[in-house]
Amino acid sequence: MLKHALGRSQKWPPAWRDAMPAKHYDVVIVGAGGHGLATAYYLAKNHGIKNIAVLEKGYLGGGNTGRNTQVIRSNYFWPQSSAFFDRSLQLYEGLSKELNFNVMLSQRGILTLAHSHHELEGIRRWANAIRLNNIDSEIMTPEQIRELMPLINLDCRFPIRGGFIQRRGGIARHDAVAWAYARAASQHGVDIIQQCEVTGIDARAGRATGVQTSKGAISADKISIAVAGHTGVLAKMAGFRVPVTSMALQAMVSEPVKPCLDTVVLSPVIHAYVSQSDRGELVIGGGADIYNSYAQRGGIPLLEETVASVLELFPAFSRLRLMRQWAGIVDVTPDTTPIMGKTPVEKLYISGGWGTGGYKAIPAGGETMAYTIAEDRPHPLIEGFGLDRFQSGALIDEGAASGVAH
Amino acid sequence: MLQITCPYCGCRDETEYSFGGESHVSRPAPDAGDAEWSDYLFNRSNPRGIHYERWQHRFGCGRWFNIARDTVSHEIYATYEMGDARPDLPGKADN
Ligand SMILES: Cc1cc2nc3c(=O)[nH]c(=O)nc-3n(C[C@H](O)[C@H](O)[C@H](O)COP(=O)(O)OP(=O)(O)OC[C@H]3O[C@@H](n4cnc5c(N)ncnc54)[C@H](O)[C@@H]3O)c2cc1C
Ligand SMILES: [Zn+2]
Repeated sequence: MLKHALGRSQKWPPAWRDAMPAKHYDVVIVGAGGHGLATAYYLAKNHGIKNIAVLEKGYLGGGNTGRNTQVIRSNYFWPQSSAFFDRSLQLYEGLSKELNFNVMLSQRGILTLAHSHHELEGIRRWANAIRLNNIDSEIMTPEQIRELMPLINLDCRFPIRGGFIQRRGGIARHDAVAWAYARAASQHGVDIIQQCEVTGIDARAGRATGVQTSKGAISADKISIAVAGHTGVLAKMAGFRVPVTSMALQAMVSEPVKPCLDTVVLSPVIHAYVSQSDRGELVIGGGADIYNSYAQRGGIPLLEETVASVLELFPAFSRLRLMRQWAGIVDVTPDTTPIMGKTPVEKLYISGGWGTGGYKAIPAGGETMAYTIAEDRPHPLIEGFGLDRFQSGALIDEGAASGVAH
Repeated sequence: MLQITCPYCGCRDETEYSFGGESHVSRPAPDAGDAEWSDYLFNRSNPRGIHYERWQHRFGCGRWFNIARDTVSHEIYATYEMGDARPDLPGKADN
């Protein structure tokens, strides 16, 4: 690092090989976001499959993986979600070591606020359910909250009555997660092919055989879709429909300031959350725009609402300027649980419906999808996440527990 | 900010409206079977392109109506009443 610093950081070697597509692969993964890259890595590492390509229409990590607000937590409500998301948090806890790349995991805790007596009751139930799932969660009084974050305004328009915290939750650097999985996958021989858009999925007798791309046709034994907001577009290419709505979810950062907030704080009721990055910027997020969108930019009304909510919680932040605002297209499902596993087309797999909260799921998502693809049957942790639940009625309604978008 | 024209009140800001999702989704027969019912309840066309959708002028006249809107450019190509057929938009394929 010292050598590169003296050389003014001009000659860093690339972390992964930029490949050109071969004619055939054992597995083709569509989308080089966190989920696609992690799936490729675990396929190579845990299942010994080496002839893999990850195809990306833009640049690696340029989708939601590089646009999110980095929140990681496992305080879900239903046992299936808890088991899956806690596995993911555990993998995050060892990720820097596993991938030999500092993903800057910071388990600073995530605090969820309650603004009324009834909400406090709801949060008690939620926090207890989480503890019954063997996941840490603690109820906080307003006094404890004030101690944790002195800048908070407890007597805001919807006064704060309490909250609960998962101390193992926090943030990790999103670009580092994408780059770390890319480098590790590349070292296992995985081809990562950027600027390669999949435009069609070939199938014969109900079985996927390859893809059409902007860089020509590629045949494959197995294909997996990991394209977030474009899940519906890819499903349509393969001839089936999915219960997904694509919407713009935005985030924004302030100018950098000295450390002033060392916990992630969120309010489901006023629909906003904020944390401070290591660079000192306040990272702010809220709900998704209300209508279908594939335009990667957020609407002004929601931006105003989100900022107004954060300023109610932290009036001191009103002195800061917003530096940047952006959006990603998120794929929201009716029960806000992801869609993972097999599809109506044989040898075609899907990891989507991650909506507003799939960053925290990248390690376990990759691990369980790799198993599902290699074994051609769902990994036990994701058995309930299949497309078939929309017919059987066994939805996993995390709408309530997911609370706010993140 | 979308500018949506309510057929009854005229052009207003997005914030006066609520979104009602995809239009022209029709309910299958009671005995249609699980696959068809599941498709009706959960699956949506969610196109990258023209979307035929319902809006309500919630903070205005309160009435529902349809629009045809491009989900990439957000441009609105047609506004029409509930119960009207999907308008033809030649040259505006959804992709
Ligand atoms: C503003 C915002 C804040 C968020 N905050 C959080 C948070 O705090 N915590 C959390 O857990 N989650 C959060 N999320 C959600 C999270 O970012 C996503 O769920 C997650 O990154 C999805 O990862 P992915 O790999 O599935 O998708 P992506 O990272 O979007 O990758 C999909 C890739 O597929 C590519 N692609 C699409 N179509 C094609 C095609 N035809 N051919 C080839 N490639 C294609 C895209 O270019 C893209 O790079 C947030 C999302 C947004 C937008
Ligand atoms: Zn009106």
